[in-house]
Amino acid sequence: MPVRAPFDFTTLTVTDVSRHFGRRKALNRVTFTCEAGHIIGLLGPNGAGKSTLLSILATLASPTLGVVRYGGTTAREAGPAIRARLGALGHDLYLYPELTARENLRFFARLYEVDDAAGRVEAALTRAGLADRGDDLVSGFSRGMRQKLALERALLHGPRLVLLDEPFTGLDDAATQALVARLVALKQEGVIVLLTTHDLDVVDGLLDQVLVLQNGRLVTDERQPATGLRARFRRVLAGEAR
Amino acid sequence: MAAPGTLRRFLATAWLITRKDITVEWRSREIIYTTVFFAASCILVFAFGFVKDGRPIDDVASAILWIAIAFSGTLALGRTFERERYNETLQALMLAPADRPAIYAGKLAGILLLMLAVEAVLVPLVALLFQAPLFRQPVLLVALLGSGTLGYAAVGTLFAAMLVRARSRDVLLPVLLYPITIPVIIAGVRGTAAAMAPDGGEMARAWVSMLVFFDVVFLTLSLWTFEAVMTE
Repeated sequence: MPVRAPFDFTTLTVTDVSRHFGRRKALNRVTFTCEAGHIIGLLGPNGAGKSTLLSILATLASPTLGVVRYGGTTAREAGPAIRARLGALGHDLYLYPELTARENLRFFARLYEVDDAAGRVEAALTRAGLADRGDDLVSGFSRGMRQKLALERALLHGPRLVLLDEPFTGLDDAATQALVARLVALKQEGVIVLLTTHDLDVVDGLLDQVLVLQNGRLVTDERQPATGLRARFRRVLAGEAR
Repeated sequence: MAAPGTLRRFLATAWLITRKDITVEWRSREIIYTTVFFAASCILVFAFGFVKDGRPIDDVASAILWIAIAFSGTLALGRTFERERYNETLQALMLAPADRPAIYAGKLAGILLLMLAVEAVLVPLVALLFQAPLFRQPVLLVALLGSGTLGYAAVGTLFAAMLVRARSRDVLLPVLLYPITIPVIIAGVRGTAAAMAPDGGEMARAWVSMLVFFDVVFLTLSLWTFEAVMTE
C-alpha cells in the first residue's frame, strides 16, 4: 500500500535527541538504535519523557537537538511518505465514537490510501474479533473492544514502525494475551514495535530490548533482557533513584 | 502549478475529512443545535434592545447579523476541534501520510458548511425581527455571506487547530481571532447594509470584491502555515 514514493527502513536510530520546553529538558541527549523484528520496551516513571520521545518518533514533534533516522533518512528528508510506514496508538485511541467500527477503519484506510481497502478492513475487523459488530457505533464498545479496534486501525496500512503508548491499560487477561500474541506476530513480520508500559509482568520475557528513561535521560539500553524486569528496574521505575 | 494527480489527491483527502465531519455531526447534531440556539438567542436579545414600538434602529440589522455569525462561528470552531481533541483524533489525522494542508482544507469545508447552515436560519430571523430587506438582492447577499464566512472560517480553522492543545484555548481563540477577522466582519456589515439599500448594488459589489481579496490572503497564509503550526 505505498503512498507516493515507496519508502522503507529496517533500523531506527536516535542520536543525541533532546527536547526542551522552555528551560525544562523533557529529553536530554537520548541515543539508541532499534532493529526490525524487535519489540522494544520504553520504560520509566511518569514524566520521564516517554510520551515526548514517542511524539518525536511519530513525527508529531521535532527534537530541539539531535536527529532521528528511519534507515538512513530523517523525517524531514522523507516527507509525508515516512508517515505511511508509521503506526501509532496513543493512550486515547484515535477513534471516532460517532462512527461505526467499519466506518472508522474505512476512513483511515482511505486516508492512508491502502490498496484493497475493503478487504483489509474486513480482515482487521476479524482480527479484532469484531466481525459481527462492525456496524455498531464505537461509542457503545467496551474499553477492551476499542483497544483491539484501535490497534487494528494503527496496523491497517502495514507500518514498519509501530509506536504503542500504554497498550495494556484497561485490558482484561484474555485481551492482554491476545495483544501479546499480536505483538509476537508483528515481530515475526519484521515490524519494529516500540511500546511504553508500566505492566512489566506482562512484557517480561517478551521484549528484545529495554530502554529506561529517567528525568529525560536514557539510563538503560539492554538487549535481550533477562526476565525479572520489575525487580531489576524497581528503583528507577518508581522514580526513587535520582 | 500543481500536477493533476497531486490536486486530485488533495481534493480527495479534503473531501474525505469533510464527509467524515458531516457524518459525525449528522449523527450527534450537537454543534448545529448549540450554535443555532446561541445565535438565535443573540438576535432575540438584540431585537429587544434595538426594536422600539415595532421600529428597528436604522441599519442595525446587518451589524447584528454579522455579530451573530461571528459569535456562533467561534462556538462552532471551538466545539469542532474539541471533538477532535477529545479522542486525540486530530493527532491521528496528523499521523497520516496525507498532505496536512488537505486536512486543513477538509476541516475548513466542514466548518464552512456548518456556518452556512446556521446562517440559513439566522438571515430570515434577522429579516423578520428587524424588518430588514435582506432579500432585496439575494445573489449579492449570498456572495457576501459566502465570501465573508469563508474568510472568517479560514482564519478560525487555523487558530482553532493551533490552539487545540492549549489549556486556555476557549479564551485564546476569540482573543486571537477577532482582531484579525475584524476587516472581514466590517466588510460584511457594510456590504450587507449596502445590499439592503435601494441603490446600493454597486457598493455591495465592491465589498464582495474586498471580501474575496481577504479570502485569498487568509486562505493562502493558512494553507502555507498549517503544517508548521501543527508540528510541535
